[in-house]
Amino acid sequence: MRLIPSEEQRELAASVRAFLADTAPMARVREVAESDEPYDRDVWRRMTGELGLAGLAVPEAYGGAGAGHAEVAVVMEELGAALTPAPYLASAVLAANVLLAAGDEQAAKDLLPDIASGRTVAAFAVPQPGGPLPTWDGKGLTGTLPRVLDGAAADLIIVPARADGATALFAVEGGERTPLTTLDLTRPQARVELDGTPGRRIAAADADAAIGRALDLAAVALAAEQLGGMRRCLDTIVEYAKLRVQFGRYVGSFQGVKHRLADMHCTLEQAESIVRYAAWAADDAPEELPVAAALAQTFVGPAYFRVAKDHLLLHGGIGFTWEHDAHLYYKRAKTDELLLGAPREHRSRLAERLGLLP
Amino acid sequence: MTDLQEYGRRARAWLEANTRDLPPEPDLAAARAFMARLYDAGYSGITWPAAYGGQGLSAAEERAFQQAARDFTLPIGVFGIGLGMCGPTILSLGTEEQKKRYLPPLLRGEEIWCQLFSEPGAGSDVASLQTRAVRDGDGWVVNGQKVWTSVARQADFGLLIARTDPDATKHRGITMFVVDMHDPGVTVRPLRDMTGEAHFNEVYFDDVRVPADRVVGEVNGGWQAAVTTLLHERVSIGMGAARTERPASFNVMSAAARERGLLGDPAVRDRLVDLYVRERAFDLFNARLSQEVKAGIDPGARGSVAKLLLAELTLSSADSAGEILGPETVAYAGHDEGRIARALSWAPGMALGGGTNEIMRNIIGDRVLGLPREPQVDRDVPFRELKVGTQAKEAGR
Repeated sequence: MRLIPSEEQRELAASVRAFLADTAPMARVREVAESDEPYDRDVWRRMTGELGLAGLAVPEAYGGAGAGHAEVAVVMEELGAALTPAPYLASAVLAANVLLAAGDEQAAKDLLPDIASGRTVAAFAVPQPGGPLPTWDGKGLTGTLPRVLDGAAADLIIVPARADGATALFAVEGGERTPLTTLDLTRPQARVELDGTPGRRIAAADADAAIGRALDLAAVALAAEQLGGMRRCLDTIVEYAKLRVQFGRYVGSFQGVKHRLADMHCTLEQAESIVRYAAWAADDAPEELPVAAALAQTFVGPAYFRVAKDHLLLHGGIGFTWEHDAHLYYKRAKTDELLLGAPREHRSRLAERLGLLP
Repeated sequence: MTDLQEYGRRARAWLEANTRDLPPEPDLAAARAFMARLYDAGYSGITWPAAYGGQGLSAAEERAFQQAARDFTLPIGVFGIGLGMCGPTILSLGTEEQKKRYLPPLLRGEEIWCQLFSEPGAGSDVASLQTRAVRDGDGWVVNGQKVWTSVARQADFGLLIARTDPDATKHRGITMFVVDMHDPGVTVRPLRDMTGEAHFNEVYFDDVRVPADRVVGEVNGGWQAAVTTLLHERVSIGMGAARTERPASFNVMSAAARERGLLGDPAVRDRLVDLYVRERAFDLFNARLSQEVKAGIDPGARGSVAKLLLAELTLSSADSAGEILGPETVAYAGHDEGRIARALSWAPGMALGGGTNEIMRNIIGDRVLGLPREPQVDRDVPFRELKVGTQAKEAGR
């Protein structure tokens, strides 16, 4: 079990961090968030082109770099810290992994190279627990995808649907896309209406298993993003507590503040340990991935929101203003916490995977 | 196989051969005999210099041994304070004569040590201690009281910090001594704690004469030494805990819930998941911290994070166990059935001993996050004028 990043992973983190600080500082993030642009196209072009980040974990045979999920986690951590508006999670993580897990050689050869190079932005219609899947009638798909991450901008949406009495996967280019109002302006979602919409059927031996694996890998990647955001929040508020003076003292010297920051640090230490473990499991211990992924979302999701909330509150009144960045992290943290299902869903999944069934 | 792997393999083989015939609950004589065997085999003081009875090896061999030892129960707890805290302090601050006199018998298990820091009036604020050591001829005379002293009943020597200059500020007038626990002026009283047992002691000093050559470090320079000793303690409490038994662990509690047919209750399952998550978060943090240490990354004061998390885990696990098992937790017949009740009684000790949770949060804030310290109103005042311990009552009169 490896819980500390390798030299290469530290270098990757540093170069992504430097790239994002340079090309997508917070002023730019806000500009994109408050515009009609669904994501920062310049940054996306450069991060997928020059840096090749979208194909990191895609095998070389499909145009990727053949690196590991731990490397993807490193990238997600930096994107989460910078709140970069880019469809990385939707395209490079969710869509790429479901295509890989499906095991359709031809579809992978046709679709993955463009996803790996960033030319195609893909999305994945995460199935809603208990919600109906669209149906396939042999010619087209019909149904509603109520919330698809980066669904408006995606060139291609991978859609789980009912076909011939079982779950199947389709690659869909069309559909009526309606952008939703999102709490987190840096991460768009859309409703997609399918009405006899054509799609390419992806041959999957076990579509449910492929979806499950893609969601587990996404849970790990999302936890890495949450870790990155959490660390940025803590760093920011610690710096502020060293500068802000009230009652003639730096506010960080008051135990009421200091102890909260110490608890936030403890949360971060645990979250980092869990994320490193889960990323290691994704690459090196696939049998541990289902538990590790559920553990990661169960702990790290609520932990990020707690830290983001306290980071906002400890700023005092300034943290409640639109101009301050605190609310951007607060909203991202809440969105992330619920993105792949509420914490209660991850907890009950974890219970099931730990064998806690009557 | 590398030399290091070979070293670890031989250590494991030795441990297997030499722990087999141990009595189930070894007494003091058995513990001493085992320590002597450990010494003869070269596994005592692995990193300590050969001149003082050690093996003069590197931290890598020490870790290899510790890793092998993790799978065995060694009856050497009574030597823990000496080996983990008093010995290292003497090693770094003691005179040549002190090192030669005290370290070899400690490593051989011939002499047991305790640590005499806390006082009734000096708990979290140990530097406000009132036990006095007054110069008398070329020695010192000690009077006062210490508390929370582990193994004081068995100890031959104690590492004491006492006030030697009440006119100096509180951190500047303290000196560290080696005291003979067999001195007639030393009285040890078992302190019955909330578990009903006496894991600790009170130690009283009544005109105890200490020769001048028993001063450790500089006269009035004892505080810095004490701080180093305490840091050792926190790292060992937090990180050592990974291998101690957990009566309310996820594995134990999920088996108990299954046995009682409680897994059909989603609230029980949720509580078990919570227990699992807390336990994994702590264990994975500990594992990561030791990987960092092995990779040469200085953990700094992050041992305090491990200590705080362990205290919280211990409290919350015992609490979860009660929630899952219900009334049988607190009313039972037989020893085994009382495991959770005993865990509940033990849990606060973990959050108080070796620095309270609040002190841990101060340390994390100050030393890990680098936050500004609280203004210390007593820092530049002569000790004599402070409201501490019994002085506070005198000042209030």
